[in-house]
Amino acid sequence: MVDFTLSDPDRDILSGVAEEAKASEKYARHYDAHEDEILPKAFVEAAAFPSLLERMRRRPSDDTPSVIMQMLIRIEREAHNGVPLRQAPSALGNAALGAAGTPAQQKRWGHLMLAMSITEPGAGSDTKAIQTTAVLDGDEWVLNGDKIFVTNGVRCHGTIVWATVSKAAGRGGIKSFLVLKGTPGFELVRKEKKLGIRSSDTAAYAFRDCRIPRDHLIGGDERVPQSADEGSASYKGVLKTFNITRPTVAAGGIGKALGAFRYARDRLAKEGIAVDWDKGPHDRTSTEQTLLELEADIEAATLTVLRAAWLAARGEPNNLEASVAKAKGGELCRSGPQRAMELLGAMSLSHDHPVEQFLRDGRITDIYEGTGQIQRLVIARAILGYSSAELS
Amino acid sequence: MISFDVTDEQSQIRDMLLTFAKEELTPRARQADETCAAPAELLDEAWSLGLASLAIPEAYGGGGAPRSTLTGALMLEAMGSGCAGLGGAAAASSLFVNPLIDLGSEEQKKRELPKFCGNARRAATLALHEDSFAFDPSRIVTRAEPRADGWRITGVKRLVPLGEEAGDMLVLARASDAPGIDGIKAFIVPPRAPGVAITRESGTIGLTPMRFARVELAGVSLPPDAILGEGDGADIRPLLASLRIGGAALAVGLVRAVTDFAIPYARERVAFGEPIAKKQSIAFMLADMHIECDVMRWLVWKAAAAFDRGADVSKMAVLAQNYVNRRAIRIADDGLQIFGGHGYIRDLPLEMWLRNARMLTIHGALAAA
Repeated sequence: MVDFTLSDPDRDILSGVAEEAKASEKYARHYDAHEDEILPKAFVEAAAFPSLLERMRRRPSDDTPSVIMQMLIRIEREAHNGVPLRQAPSALGNAALGAAGTPAQQKRWGHLMLAMSITEPGAGSDTKAIQTTAVLDGDEWVLNGDKIFVTNGVRCHGTIVWATVSKAAGRGGIKSFLVLKGTPGFELVRKEKKLGIRSSDTAAYAFRDCRIPRDHLIGGDERVPQSADEGSASYKGVLKTFNITRPTVAAGGIGKALGAFRYARDRLAKEGIAVDWDKGPHDRTSTEQTLLELEADIEAATLTVLRAAWLAARGEPNNLEASVAKAKGGELCRSGPQRAMELLGAMSLSHDHPVEQFLRDGRITDIYEGTGQIQRLVIARAILGYSSAELS
Repeated sequence: MISFDVTDEQSQIRDMLLTFAKEELTPRARQADETCAAPAELLDEAWSLGLASLAIPEAYGGGGAPRSTLTGALMLEAMGSGCAGLGGAAAASSLFVNPLIDLGSEEQKKRELPKFCGNARRAATLALHEDSFAFDPSRIVTRAEPRADGWRITGVKRLVPLGEEAGDMLVLARASDAPGIDGIKAFIVPPRAPGVAITRESGTIGLTPMRFARVELAGVSLPPDAILGEGDGADIRPLLASLRIGGAALAVGLVRAVTDFAIPYARERVAFGEPIAKKQSIAFMLADMHIECDVMRWLVWKAAAAFDRGADVSKMAVLAQNYVNRRAIRIADDGLQIFGGHGYIRDLPLEMWLRNARMLTIHGALAAA
């Protein structure tokens, strides 16, 4: 049966997440202003709250699928202008290891925090254009190249790196490798300075004749497909991880828009401005109309995330829906906080209020894990039946 | 528990209506648009599917299925994907039947609902709009005056679907000085009652098979229990929500049809040496059309599910309708744009879909989900 309500225990989980996020709000401005600082593994306040795993453990299996709950939790958490009270032990590289690594590799490195190094100064969305090379020399791979925008790149223990073993093979020549911090030739060049999400460390890496053991090739498949269209298992494995991460990222942007909306709605209510659901458009002010439309847009984007997650929970293909969610979340992360600020007027510009930070922190959602334009390419290819070569 | 799973019964109804829409509505859409009429045999066939009486309780002769606006939304979306004008005409009785099921008193249900359970098709309608710009339900001026012997209704209703054909009609009118929506009630007004004059409108931009009419109520006398619901009459907010969900559901079906029609064309139409679908300006337009079709459907479902639960009725329906109104007209318009000049010619359905979408996104009482 179609249902969009949560059970009482799940509501409790979400309000617990909200309380925890609220407790972290006092740190938001500090880490926004002190970008050079890395978040501690845990703040003292963390002790007062159960971990996410503990919160989720109590759930019966016949309730809302847990992957949907994870999306709602992300939305609720990001709707508060805070910082994580505890840092996650894993990162995007762990997801890639889980999807494409051999069982032995997963066992060996699964406990580490692994970042994901794909983007280069000259190759962002067009990932098959990466220039970083990996050359087999005896029993070692030799990596050369530059990577940027590596999320968790400062605090991670190592990273999974995309490099090409054969530029002639195009996408098929791209393999992923595990490189641990401290490996000679692997340099952390800098921590990037960003518009927002400043408490999240973003690194730039250089690989200069960086030698890693032969068995650090993720998945272990050394073959190079002859046709450029034939993707290697490791490349596809990595792309597969995006089916959950895209809705998750979208949920983050939706959360920022929701936080900005709630702030605007509640502050305007104190000024006597609120949506009267009985009134028609001719009896609403433009401020009330904007509040209404913003809330509708938040509902809409949230439903796309729930839809993609619901399909994932059922084990159904969701590549198209994951991109729909990401496209909508990306759109909302921009237009949501922007409109919330217009609703509140000039005081929303001030650091006294969180709205401007919601805009800055949220804005990344339409860029990372595939820009809105890339999502539209993915969607257009899917509905038109085109390959990436046919529509680019 | 969050779920997008329709029930087996809902899935069967939807599939049946999708087939009906594809085989019966789509091929007849253009002619129905040009002649401003729905073929009688088509409406009879739609009636024979038994959907009008599906949710009428067995006690009154109906199918006894649980009353569900979600099922209603699925049905309307399916029909909207074939032809919103013919679908709207075929579903017109819902405008009367569903509010009766939801809000009617036992006496009213017993009196009104069995009429819709027979083999003979019965058209019915609801009169919301009035002859004023910036109209809104809370601004209704049609007046129902309480009298010793019942009610006396005076006013002019406009753009009433199937006004001339309807055997039964609900009229929204101001029944008291209570402010805003609180003062508005629904009245059961027999279309042939003395003082009711129904004439065809000059025409409408779209949904022409719904044959909109002007309904003049010149001091029409009604019995005391003509007011829908018990006592002083039911709160009409659920009725308004059901209308919002119904219109939005038809619109979702229509824009899905637009998108599904534009995709193969964009693949086939060659310009500057390649299919136009390979150009990002067109491909992204199609991607956005697909995205919004998806989103609108989930919003309609959420509003319908809230309605069926009896919670947040006004708010979710307003949000869904607002979103659908903003996006549906854009999709219909972009669909036409993709076809260029061909979209403007009446050989293809694009221009008709744009006209129908304009109706669906402005007219507030086309179908009750």
